[in-house]
Amino acid sequence: MKKKLCSLLLAALLAMAVLSGCTDGTGESSENNFSAVVGIQQDIDSLDPHLATAAGTKEILFNIFEGLVKSDENGNLIDAVAESHTVSQDGLVYTFTLRDNVKFHNGNAVTAEDVKYSLERVSGLLDGTPLVSALSTIKSVDILDEKTVQVTVESPNTELIYSFTAAIIPSGSGEEEGTSPVGTGPFSFVSYTPQEGIVLKKNPDYWQEGLPYLDQVTFRIVGSAETALMELQSGAIDIYPYLTDSQAQTLKEGNTHQVVASPSNVVQALFLNNAVAPLDNVLVRQAILYAIDKEEINEYVGGGTGSLIGSAMLPSLADNYVDLNSVYGTKANVEKAKELLAEAGYADGFDLVIDIPSNYEFHMQTGEVIVEQLKAVGINASINPVEWDTWLSDIYNGRNYTATISGITCDQTPGYLLNRFQTQSSKNFINYSNAEYDEVYLKAQAEQDMEKKAGYYKQLQQILADDAATAFLQVPGNMTAISNRLEGYKFYPIYVQDMSTVSVKK
Amino acid sequence: MPAHVTKKRNKYLTAGLIMTGTAVLLGILAFFWTPWSTTAMSASERFAAPSFRHLFGTDNFGRDIFSRVMKGMGTSVMISALVVLLSASVGIFLGALTGYFGGVLDEIVMRVTDAVNGFPSILLALVVISVLGTGRQNLILSLGIVFSPSYIRIVRSEYLRLRDADYIKRARLMGVGKGRILFVHILPNILPVFWVSVMIGLNNAILAESGMSYLGIGVQPPDASLGNMLSDAQGYLQTAPWYALAPGLAIVWIVLGFSLFSEGIRRLGE
Repeated sequence: MKKKLCSLLLAALLAMAVLSGCTDGTGESSENNFSAVVGIQQDIDSLDPHLATAAGTKEILFNIFEGLVKSDENGNLIDAVAESHTVSQDGLVYTFTLRDNVKFHNGNAVTAEDVKYSLERVSGLLDGTPLVSALSTIKSVDILDEKTVQVTVESPNTELIYSFTAAIIPSGSGEEEGTSPVGTGPFSFVSYTPQEGIVLKKNPDYWQEGLPYLDQVTFRIVGSAETALMELQSGAIDIYPYLTDSQAQTLKEGNTHQVVASPSNVVQALFLNNAVAPLDNVLVRQAILYAIDKEEINEYVGGGTGSLIGSAMLPSLADNYVDLNSVYGTKANVEKAKELLAEAGYADGFDLVIDIPSNYEFHMQTGEVIVEQLKAVGINASINPVEWDTWLSDIYNGRNYTATISGITCDQTPGYLLNRFQTQSSKNFINYSNAEYDEVYLKAQAEQDMEKKAGYYKQLQQILADDAATAFLQVPGNMTAISNRLEGYKFYPIYVQDMSTVSVKK
Repeated sequence: MPAHVTKKRNKYLTAGLIMTGTAVLLGILAFFWTPWSTTAMSASERFAAPSFRHLFGTDNFGRDIFSRVMKGMGTSVMISALVVLLSASVGIFLGALTGYFGGVLDEIVMRVTDAVNGFPSILLALVVISVLGTGRQNLILSLGIVFSPSYIRIVRSEYLRLRDADYIKRARLMGVGKGRILFVHILPNILPVFWVSVMIGLNNAILAESGMSYLGIGVQPPDASLGNMLSDAQGYLQTAPWYALAPGLAIVWIVLGFSLFSEGIRRLGE
């Protein structure tokens, strides 16, 4: 009897030892675990770098693919696949010299032929459909010698160089990129499981000496914001770039992660439809801008991590940015707002429905604050939550709304945000129309001198602010959690997760 | 034995009355007065813990949670009452006609209710909302549609049971009008059963309303309802637990109150 008990106990002990051994191996990092898991919010729309459009996909593909040039963490362009590039005086001819030591993940060296193929594919020269619209201006891609490629474009545009970040892929591989992507980036593709995530491994032949540090990187789709917090705390994910304010507070108390705030590249605004009464009256729009307290919104919704803006430009694009917060003030000016409303004939206020995409908690909460702020000046605002698809079709494309709160994601080109406010722009969903604006924008486009160009851009921002075209609110901050066992994570002014510089702390 | 029963029945009824009474009174009061404004925000008092100043603490916008729970109870109870009023009226009308007359109408109505019952109720309400759009009226309408079949069935079965009762037969022989038989002779006799189902209905309606608001398709912010408060509070479970606790407890309080109340009424009828 005693013996039996003994052996039973022993068996139990053994089982426990085995089980605990298991947890050691798979859960918490053991000493040789040079890998990291990054939590992402949504599934990938395409593995083909030229077809992917979602910002959430591009941030991952940044690790697999590189263009002739690529962005660095300061928002500047550095040469990547190209060793150097020159632009002709008239801005019509781009000459790229390729690096000697760049290899695709399949082991082949990058040739001028691959570059020609990639550029012709994105510019539409191959089959007539441009995949990167800005590059549709390319007239021809010529191979001068095996390391030099010359690109001729139809019209000069100083911002075109940013579009040469388009991925370089092996010649003729267009069809396969969607299932087994091959690029030149610091990590190569291992596997992708829909609804689950994507696994990448180190590219040992990467042209930047010593990079990357990690052997493996997994991007895992995290169901909801609540599970993200739990997975961070349990160590199942190491990096999560989309913390909410309250989650950041909770994590800071735990002391297991660093929480770093960085500016995002999203411009959040209360968009006002300039073609719908009463918002077609500039006085009414100005009144709304005076009534809004941007500081309060930033404090309530973003925990004070956003940067307030007064017009359509990211403050991180410093050369082109002009601070216009002072035009209507960052605090509410109830007196002035009421005065303007009275002058416009709305002394008793009016009803205003604000449509908000309901899947964005951030915009919904902003809406709650704005409703309260507008109430103070007599405007009876209410929130109408809409599905994201409906928002895109009815509001963004259909322009069938009065006011809406949303964010516009910007790329690095300073003109990107200003482009949409031209009268004829297909993206001008606020129906803004100002002949002077259109004229200045065209001038800015044609200008070759960067300083003068920036001057025009500043002028455009001023016009938008003076016209109270729309209530620009803020560039929300991104809160990123990084596990204490990792270091070297870099913040970019654009939406990417660069894992090449991340390493495990010694 | 009877004394014992009486005692027990009183307990259910009094407890239920007290609980629903406080909830309904607070809710009605909230339409006229709350200790703090239900929507006014205060940056300096975000996430204040419960205290004498703010009984249930404050939320992420610095709004007083007690005031919002009061308003939320009022909103929830009012919407549920209207839902039950709507579905019970439909129930009495259709149930009486189908139960008393039977025939083709009975067949059609019953098959329709079968069809409606075939869907999970919240799902059906979701479909109706997505067709009509969000908003209070549409919420009441959609829940009313979802809740109607059960009333139709209950009322119908009572009318079926009573239509051949002796006193009804006599009334018919005496030439009493059909409307009078339906609503003056039979209706009062089904009330005990009917009231219990109304109470249970109120209960379910409050839960359904909270559920819909929780999903973001019921009462819209910044208006307070118990459901949307719960959903807002979800993100702050660890930093401000009182935020979720307050509306959660309020729902439990109301639902428990109605349950006890309906149990009390049921025992009264026995």
